[in-house]
Amino acid sequence: MSTGHDKAVTPKIDLPVGAEPNLSNKERMAIPRQEMPQQSAEARIHNFLEVPLGFDENTARIEALRCIKCKKPTCIDGCPVGINIPGFLTKIAEGDFAGGARILKEDNILPAVCGRVCPQEEQCEKVCTVGKKNAPVAIGRLERFLADWEREHDMVQPLIPGAPTGKKVAIVGGGPAGLTAAADLVRMGHKVVLYEALHKPGGVLVYGIPEFRLPKKIVEFEVRQLEKAGVELHNSVVIGQTFTMTELQEKFDAVFVATGAGLPYFMNLVGENLNGVYSANEYLTRVNLMKAYDSHADTPVAKSKNVAVVGGGNVAMDGARTAKRLGADNVYLVYRRTRKEMPARVEEVEHAEEEGIKFFFLHNPIRYEGDADGRVCKAICERMELGEPDASGRRRPVPTGEFVELEVDTVVVAIGNGPNPLIPRTTDGLATKKWGNIKAEKKSGRTSIRGVWAGGDIVLGAATVILAMGAGRVAAKSIDEYLKTGDWPEVTLDG
Amino acid sequence: MTANQDAGDSVLVAKEFLAPKVTKYVVRAPDIARRRRPGQFVIVRSHAESERIPLTIADGDAEAGTITLIVQEVGKSTAEMAHLMRVGDRFADVLGPLGMPTHIEKYGRVIAVGGGIGIAPLHPIVQGLRAAENEVIGIIGARTKDLLIMEDEMKRACHSLRVVTDDGSYGVKGLVTDAIQAEVNATGKPDLCVAIGPLVMMRAVSNLTKELGIKTLVSLNPIMVDGTGMCGGCRVTVHKETKFVCVDGPEFDAHGVDFDELQRRQRFYTPQERGSYDLFLKDHPHDAKNCKLHKMADAAAAERGKETK
Repeated sequence: MSTGHDKAVTPKIDLPVGAEPNLSNKERMAIPRQEMPQQSAEARIHNFLEVPLGFDENTARIEALRCIKCKKPTCIDGCPVGINIPGFLTKIAEGDFAGGARILKEDNILPAVCGRVCPQEEQCEKVCTVGKKNAPVAIGRLERFLADWEREHDMVQPLIPGAPTGKKVAIVGGGPAGLTAAADLVRMGHKVVLYEALHKPGGVLVYGIPEFRLPKKIVEFEVRQLEKAGVELHNSVVIGQTFTMTELQEKFDAVFVATGAGLPYFMNLVGENLNGVYSANEYLTRVNLMKAYDSHADTPVAKSKNVAVVGGGNVAMDGARTAKRLGADNVYLVYRRTRKEMPARVEEVEHAEEEGIKFFFLHNPIRYEGDADGRVCKAICERMELGEPDASGRRRPVPTGEFVELEVDTVVVAIGNGPNPLIPRTTDGLATKKWGNIKAEKKSGRTSIRGVWAGGDIVLGAATVILAMGAGRVAAKSIDEYLKTGDWPEVTLDG
Repeated sequence: MTANQDAGDSVLVAKEFLAPKVTKYVVRAPDIARRRRPGQFVIVRSHAESERIPLTIADGDAEAGTITLIVQEVGKSTAEMAHLMRVGDRFADVLGPLGMPTHIEKYGRVIAVGGGIGIAPLHPIVQGLRAAENEVIGIIGARTKDLLIMEDEMKRACHSLRVVTDDGSYGVKGLVTDAIQAEVNATGKPDLCVAIGPLVMMRAVSNLTKELGIKTLVSLNPIMVDGTGMCGGCRVTVHKETKFVCVDGPEFDAHGVDFDELQRRQRFYTPQERGSYDLFLKDHPHDAKNCKLHKMADAAAAERGKETK
């Protein structure tokens, strides 16, 4: 276990009980960013336990003291759900963790999740003023600290349902967008019924993100809070199949569709359907949701010696690190651009690297070969180089005509997901984009059908947990307005 | 973890042993019973730690709120259903109806081919085809007499029925492909063939009907996890394009299906599956001689034998 600190030494600071020590900005700026203890790479590649272990109370208070309390807190603007960050940081500095958690929860119902999986370095921490000179305040780690502290000390404030309005809202999909909308709507006094297609709610939080990044007991705990507040959960119900949208519209006053990006993309390569070639969704679902990492589990997953994971996002990192933990000798991360263009979080890339994942930048698989049993045995990759920037602003990878062969027995394709087709194809009049994502108004989440909202990855394409949560929140607000007024102004559909 | 309000509905209301290792389950699932159409399937977990297994819906009763599954014991999960579930027990989950329903229209003359437990899901399709004013010629087959199920139901549903067994213990000795050839020789080319059964059978039927130029539908049952399009484990190549059986199927134009690939993919987990099954059998010893289930199946088969004589 490493407890390494920044090179700068943390000055000795007295932490008075129930008060924030009186420090000048200069003194605050002199405190280095506090490191979080974590499992060593050698230990963690043999288990599925969480990697970072969290701050203790004193470390959290010291880290929170690094905030210089800007007059115009840019960090709030950097947060997709506008959390009052300086507010909760001050409470932490004072040692009032319950108070901090209350502030945090006003804007984020899943802080234990976001504190772990949000790309803070691209959001709140990116625009942190302290970060202009030093390392930014570790807002994400403090968010996680508060949420964990509250839960572990049994101090979680129950979600209080609002005075009953008599209105009923159906939420389709129990991922981050659906759970957030459910929490907000129940607080507003509406009756909420949530339909989840899998046998457990949580969406990507349970089937996708591995245990070592987000322990499932945390998701279960958050879901239980919703149930305690009266949200009615129906697992194993597929809207579009078990019930149609029309049926939901008849039974409910509003419907929020948050079904996520649930259709994995493949590359249409020769050999892509060989045994041992998985979508990241399948690989991770087998391991996370179906617990295939436990050799006693009923759902199997391939035993692998050499694994290639294709892609450069967080899902690719999750796949690679999972393969390592399942006992693979070599895990190759094949990405067609360079480290700089990788969409994965820096922290995930570093963790993967520490765990011995071998990066093959500027490589792109073009074909797979199989053995006599039809199991993949080779990934033929083309070397790429970077050309002119493309529409996304990233330099486009260009084939070079040079090839390398990787000996692999498992391939995990993590190049993204398309929208799940089940609702669009069974719902007349629901406007969709070219690739099947549902069209929704950005500021409200309203769709082309009166009384139907959509948000999260089904609208955005594969994005992040926090953006999905933001969309859930926006939709809940708009649903509430509609249920109060009955107004459905003309919709300006996005995209 | 979470109370599942719907799971309470998934009670096993009746269980019947149709043939050795073949069991009929009638499950309370009102929402599925109301919506299901011929050709669709469900994903089932018999208990909270079970894997998710796809099973084709053989029948349903919207009024009674039940669906019927006819399941062959091939591994641990199906063995658990057969040996551990009692009438009144609840399934952890029954999810569905999944997949696209069979496209039913008036084709004209249709040959409907069922092999083994594939006869079960074929039955409602035949009923649908018949209701759409098709002339339906049934062909059903099994390895041996004891394994033949639903002969009477098929006899009622089809205009005519041919029965074959591999070993000649019942009906005509031969394969379903022999019967198709015989039927075509006797009555000419039909407008459509629908075939459901073991992969090897569907493949053989497909090869024959391709030769004969008969449009053929097969219902595929590959390995799946979620059944809603999310995992892609069920992908199959049809006319050189990758399809997801769970959302694009389960029925496809037989002549476009890459059966080699499908067969290989089916076998991927065979060693693990066998290991789990063996462990289960070791923990739940039941030799055929003393097994009550087998005795019941034998008695039922004897009973059916008497009726048809």
